[in-house]
Amino acid sequence: MPNLKDLKTRITSVKSTQKITKAMQMVAASKLRKAQVAAEAARPYAERMEHVLSGLGASVAGQPGNPKLLIGSGKDDVHMIVVATSERGLCGGFNSSIVRAAKQKIDLLVGEGKTVKILCIGKKGALQLKRRYGAMIIDIIDMSHVRQLRFGDILPISERLIELFERGEFDICTLYYARFKSALTQIVTAQQLIPVAMPEPDEKEKRPNLGGAIYEYEPGEPEILTALLPRNVSVQVFKALLENAASEQGARMTAMDSATRNAGDMISSLTLKYNRTRQAAITRELIEIISGAEAL
Amino acid sequence: MAEKLHFELVSPERLLMDGEVDAVVVPGSEGDFMVLPRHAPMMTTIRPGVIHVSADEGDAKRLFIRGGFAEVTPKGLVILAEEAVDLAGLSKSDLESRLHDAKEDLEDAKTDEAQQVAAEAVKQLTQLIKALGS
Repeated sequence: MPNLKDLKTRITSVKSTQKITKAMQMVAASKLRKAQVAAEAARPYAERMEHVLSGLGASVAGQPGNPKLLIGSGKDDVHMIVVATSERGLCGGFNSSIVRAAKQKIDLLVGEGKTVKILCIGKKGALQLKRRYGAMIIDIIDMSHVRQLRFGDILPISERLIELFERGEFDICTLYYARFKSALTQIVTAQQLIPVAMPEPDEKEKRPNLGGAIYEYEPGEPEILTALLPRNVSVQVFKALLENAASEQGARMTAMDSATRNAGDMISSLTLKYNRTRQAAITRELIEIISGAEAL
Repeated sequence: MAEKLHFELVSPERLLMDGEVDAVVVPGSEGDFMVLPRHAPMMTTIRPGVIHVSADEGDAKRLFIRGGFAEVTPKGLVILAEEAVDLAGLSKSDLESRLHDAKEDLEDAKTDEAQQVAAEAVKQLTQLIKALGS
């Protein structure tokens, strides 16, 4: 028979856990709103950028001397996998699902005999990857000091990626992150950053009808491309990290919501048990008194 | 003017302007140019400078933008700016005092990182003041 006092302590401890998870859920909910606004505000820029780039890319396609960022280095021997995860835990399966997708890709590439390099943004993913792929991780970028992500915060990351690419350290770069769909669903997405993944060419209806006019480029197309392509990498990383931030808060909110509910269930079952035990103790005492009186 | 130009100004952080205007003057990397409705399609890089947006009857807006691209399509003008600041809410004296502070920060900066941040701020403020003066 469980001790009354022990039960009482358990109930109190579950109650305080519930308070914490409840508070975390509410904090996540308010952060989510902010992160969601930020992620949505960044979408137009990324969309316009993609649009401009696809137009430009299509017009220079096939010409010699295109920048490597556009056409790739012509090899696919060394892959760079950028894994963007959160800095904090307690957000359900958020980090694990990103890491799982990245792991699958890594195993596949290693199986094909390719070299894989990993760059981690956010330490939670790094912790999970370290055990198996420790030797492949080239660096872990700590973003914990960043509260509200600004465009300037990610420039060092994208500049570094481009520099590594230009030095020939890798051929293809893929970014793993979770795209925010709703507070309940986040979609793990793999996005090819370098060379630039061109949208499908079935964009006839999306491409504006120029009415026979030809685009004028100032300065020339190559100059614009060389300015545009690195910017595009930055924008894509920026967008991915914003989406990731929103997804993280969404995942945390859902996880904490179910944790709060579980704690509630636990409290009611423990309270029931506590009351039964108390009742049993009272009954036992009564029996003892009555049988004692009868024996007299 | 009957015909309007559709104008969008976007920075990586948000969509700053989206609407119908009469004309926009853009500081292109090879010279300033004005975009009116029915401008020929073109695309150019931008140098740091001020864009003038004129909407209804003399209601002009001036914004400072730094780096980016402008694309003119038959649908309108899209400017992708790395950064954009509305000049209406800024005064020269205020900016100059901020520049002074930033310069002091630069002198006091101990770590490389702090120095970089301060240098960036100085550069930006200098550009802004220049833009405001012109």
